[in-house]
Amino acid sequence: MRGRRFFGQLRTLIWKDLLVEARGRETVLAGAVFALLVLVIFNFAFDLRVENVAAVAPGILWVTITFVGVLSLGRAFARERDRRTLDGLLLAPVDRSALYLAKVLTSIASMLVVEVVALPVFVGLFNLSVDLPLLVLALVLGTIGLAGVGTLFAAIAAHTRAREVLLPLLLFPIQVPVILATVKSTGAAIRVPGLDPPEIGQWLGLLIAFDALFLGLSVLLFDYAIEED
Amino acid sequence: MTALSAEGLTARYPGQPGSTPALIDVDLDVEPGERLLLLGPNGAGKSTFIRVFAGLMHAATGRALIAGQPARSARHLVGVVSHATFLYDELTALENLRFYAELYRVPRPLARAVKLLEDVGLAHLANAPVGRLSRGQQQRVTIARALLHDPPVLLLDEPDTGLDLAAFALIAELTTSNQRTVVLTTHNLATGLRLGTRVGVLASGRLVHQQASVSAADGPALADLLERLGRS
Repeated sequence: MRGRRFFGQLRTLIWKDLLVEARGRETVLAGAVFALLVLVIFNFAFDLRVENVAAVAPGILWVTITFVGVLSLGRAFARERDRRTLDGLLLAPVDRSALYLAKVLTSIASMLVVEVVALPVFVGLFNLSVDLPLLVLALVLGTIGLAGVGTLFAAIAAHTRAREVLLPLLLFPIQVPVILATVKSTGAAIRVPGLDPPEIGQWLGLLIAFDALFLGLSVLLFDYAIEED
Repeated sequence: MTALSAEGLTARYPGQPGSTPALIDVDLDVEPGERLLLLGPNGAGKSTFIRVFAGLMHAATGRALIAGQPARSARHLVGVVSHATFLYDELTALENLRFYAELYRVPRPLARAVKLLEDVGLAHLANAPVGRLSRGQQQRVTIARALLHDPPVLLLDEPDTGLDLAAFALIAELTTSNQRTVVLTTHNLATGLRLGTRVGVLASGRLVHQQASVSAADGPALADLLERLGRS
């Protein structure tokens, strides 16, 4: 009974977030344009050669995705807070975990849409040969890790005036292990002629473990993060 | 059972643990069906009182009870109307109400949302995005939102902001039906006296005056009291 109620509320919250985003197009459109701009700037800034492409390209992709993620995650709660709709949600007898998971899932969805737009441009601009299934796996796991802990910090930062500055300051240090594991996994998905792909089983395992740990902790802590006092 | 009870209630503004409390040691009982008009100058603690009973703020000390339960556990018993609408501009009036009805687990949420839009006289604007409605129309949708789950307790924090007389009459009609318990804050004494059955006056966070019954004839004396409190 409680489980059915939880998933019913989760579905309702996700429906609302997706509908608001589909009609407002605030996050995905801005995120996609931003990602393309960053990739183009990196393309001008770095001279990628065969010998350094596997080392540099994954970093470029994940710097781009992390910046887009911070924009997207920041909007998730700032929008609710600015319009006072967050109070409307908190007034309702809604499980706080459902609020958290709805924001995580909709943030993942909007970040993945941006990645679908950015990925072909990334591959094309840097003239890369990639192992697509492995790259997609790394992207999905990395995005889950970024959205999981980022949603928690976005809820905390939304209460502050300097939230645009505070969110990356809180998020990036905690995010280091996830970014490290995702960059390594992404690097293994980039094929360099004459070189065998590195073994990345341990990095994927580490990424899955961090995702699970951060999601679990964030579910437990979200109730404290979202309250005003 | 008392509908709403403050027992030694002290509350501070969020993020200011060492600050002067917004509410100080407030003791107050509101019986079922009573309509408490809460008055006071700016900064008296009226909105904080509403936010604590709405479950949006913690009490620093003391207790805030609704039907004997801590306010935070009694969200399903409370409807809130404030000057903020809590509505999503991108969604239509009907979508907003359906969304909140589902969060409150109202049976047949769509039918309930349609019924309440009819009650507030906005059935013809059901499919209009809320962002395109006038302030008065948005406030009517807000009233419908607060009544979706038919709460026994209504907390009205300056609900008359941006409303014309007809819309305020609608608030009065909808909130006084079903013997609801109402706590109302307003800066408009005349409209408040039309709705309230008793009065409490807050000043600097303290409950400084209570009156078990109130009518329009009490207006001048209350106005005088509020003026004196505002000056002090």
